[in-house]
Amino acid sequence: MRTLKFLLQKEFRQIFRDPAIIRIIFVMPLIQLIILPLAADYEVKNIKLSVVDHDHSTYSRQLVEKVTSSGYFTLNDYSPSFDKALGEVEQNHADLILEIPADFEGMLVRADESTLFIAVNAINGVKANLGAAYLRSIIQDYNSEVRLKWIQFPRFNPELSIAITSANWFNPHLNYRFFMVPGILVILVTMVGAFLTSLNIVKEKEIGTIEQINVTPIRKYHFILGKLIPFWVLGLLVLSLGLLIAWLIYGITPVGSLLVIYVFAAVYLLAVLGLGLLVSTYTSSQQQAMLISFFMMMIFILLGGLYTSIDSMPAWAQAFTKLNPVAYFIEVMRMVVLKGSGIADIRNHLSVVLGIAVVLNSWAVFNYKKRA
Amino acid sequence: MKQFISFVKKEFYHIFRDRRTILILLGMPIVQILLFGFALTNEVKNAQIAILDNAQDDASAALRTQLDASRYFTVARELHSYTEIEQAFREGKIKLVVVLPHRFNQDLQHLNSAQVQLIADASDPNVGTTLTNYASAVILDYQDRITNQRKLPYTINTELRYLYNPQLKGAYSFVPGVMAMVLMLVCTMMTAITIVREKETGTMEVMLVSPVRPLKIILAKAVPYLLLSSVNIASILLLSTLALDVPIQGNIFLLIGESLLFTITSLALGLLISSATASQQTAMFISLTGLFLPTVMLSGFMFPIENMPLPLRLISNLVPAKWFYIIAQSVMIKGLGITAVWKETLVLLGMTLLLLTLAIRSFKIRLA
Repeated sequence: MRTLKFLLQKEFRQIFRDPAIIRIIFVMPLIQLIILPLAADYEVKNIKLSVVDHDHSTYSRQLVEKVTSSGYFTLNDYSPSFDKALGEVEQNHADLILEIPADFEGMLVRADESTLFIAVNAINGVKANLGAAYLRSIIQDYNSEVRLKWIQFPRFNPELSIAITSANWFNPHLNYRFFMVPGILVILVTMVGAFLTSLNIVKEKEIGTIEQINVTPIRKYHFILGKLIPFWVLGLLVLSLGLLIAWLIYGITPVGSLLVIYVFAAVYLLAVLGLGLLVSTYTSSQQQAMLISFFMMMIFILLGGLYTSIDSMPAWAQAFTKLNPVAYFIEVMRMVVLKGSGIADIRNHLSVVLGIAVVLNSWAVFNYKKRA
Repeated sequence: MKQFISFVKKEFYHIFRDRRTILILLGMPIVQILLFGFALTNEVKNAQIAILDNAQDDASAALRTQLDASRYFTVARELHSYTEIEQAFREGKIKLVVVLPHRFNQDLQHLNSAQVQLIADASDPNVGTTLTNYASAVILDYQDRITNQRKLPYTINTELRYLYNPQLKGAYSFVPGVMAMVLMLVCTMMTAITIVREKETGTMEVMLVSPVRPLKIILAKAVPYLLLSSVNIASILLLSTLALDVPIQGNIFLLIGESLLFTITSLALGLLISSATASQQTAMFISLTGLFLPTVMLSGFMFPIENMPLPLRLISNLVPAKWFYIIAQSVMIKGLGITAVWKETLVLLGMTLLLLTLAIRSFKIRLA
């Protein structure tokens, strides 16, 4: 126990001796937590519209007015031809082209039928789909208005209709930040934990001080614990600061209990630190350690459900996320913060991550050889 | 010149001596482009929903079948009371609950109208609204089917064309983005520790007393990594076309040229980080923690830049990946030429020169 205490003293001193790294550990993640959630907004709005009106009739003007006053679209320009409008799309000035054929009004009134042409930039399929759907529903509305003008419907409408009401639970204002902030916080805690541990041991290897430690009579587990505990503490500190910022800046207070978050985070950090340790036992330079942990982190983070929903991934990728500790923490954070899930709801997550922690750390201890 | 070449050679030996690092540097982009190209999509599909069917009649059964048949979601659970909904959401799997009223069929038959309630787990607002939209569409389809659609007069038809990506594949928007991200991070990281490592291990002193000018030292460090990056660019482009079916519509040489330019920008950024920091740990931490999230979030490939508040839109201009993403998307997917992307190209060029100048400036002849 005394040995461990001395080791911890040494490690803490070593960490705090370099003020630059301390500043970076705390300041950089927190600045990002303050700024980046503002960037995360998938909502499709302000779709840039280019109109090609070959008709110039009352109806075509009414239609364009209805579209632009809907709030979803901003009118970029009236292009004289479709090709010109396509040029606007190429330059990213327009997302969607509405082409109104010549004699649009005439056809509608005389032949009972007229066709509008819509072309949409589909590089981003989701945005394209939604934009086109909005535009079509506005056109449908306009269509009903036109009909009302020409036909008198009977007083009792014989058409059957299902009224759909919808409710959004847990986040009724659909505030994207409530969803992103807890997720981003997980990423920051993870990066701090994993990178620092993986670099730390390998650094001792690289500059040769590990030999000195190896000739002392301390045990393997002393050494490993001495390396783990300081970064575990740092990770929890970053988490606490992050939660504070989430509250101060974004007004996010967990619906569920903070204790659940900390219990999970404590176990989770063990898993992440174990990963860092494992990487450092397999590598011989900081460069290698960094590249490998970066490689794994990037995969864990991008497939962790922060940006894109795990449910939408192909089956093999979903199978992989079952082993991805980051995915569990992101989900747990969102469950506890937004829905108030309790320890019983997350017990599966907790036991899996505990399992991962045990495996990784035992593996690392097993693989760490006292003699280099 | 001879001096320079021998310096480049030395750096080469340094890098290639470490087989493991080479393997990672060349393998990483391949794995990443495959993984992310296949797995990342903004679409919502395979979501699990639940039904609270208070009616249990023919109409509700029919609607349920129709919901289940949709490719966007599967009906995974049957709930029996309103109070079960919250628990279902809390456990996390169910994203939407469709509530059908008692007497659903009777209402439809006799009153010509019935109410359906959709309750979404909106903790993910994107998934919540998308599923609500999809479910509404399915229900409206159902309504259309049971109404005898008669042909109404004064009909406006719409004809829809999807430009550039008629099959609406997710990879078309993600591949250029993943390219930007992977090149940027790998290149910056590679060079970020080169100079600082020599400082830390003490070999920099040796170099500094040699008669080589600092400019040459720095450039010599970048050259081998530029070659490595070229291999990476080639493998990324090959994989995009062969494995991910994202065709290169524009001029391939233009695309390669732009990729090389962007690589040089990233290498310059790495060099700057390297000459401005004192330890490998700091350098790596800055190049990763400092670059990873901003690159992903502010380059425009995950989240639309036009949705961001003004200050962030301005900051995003400082992210090199943003410019490369626009270029890659224009050349690769839209098939445009240099006339469409010259502005973005100039911006990258300017950034590169600025970063290189800063890197050389902050590279000190004398160490502390």
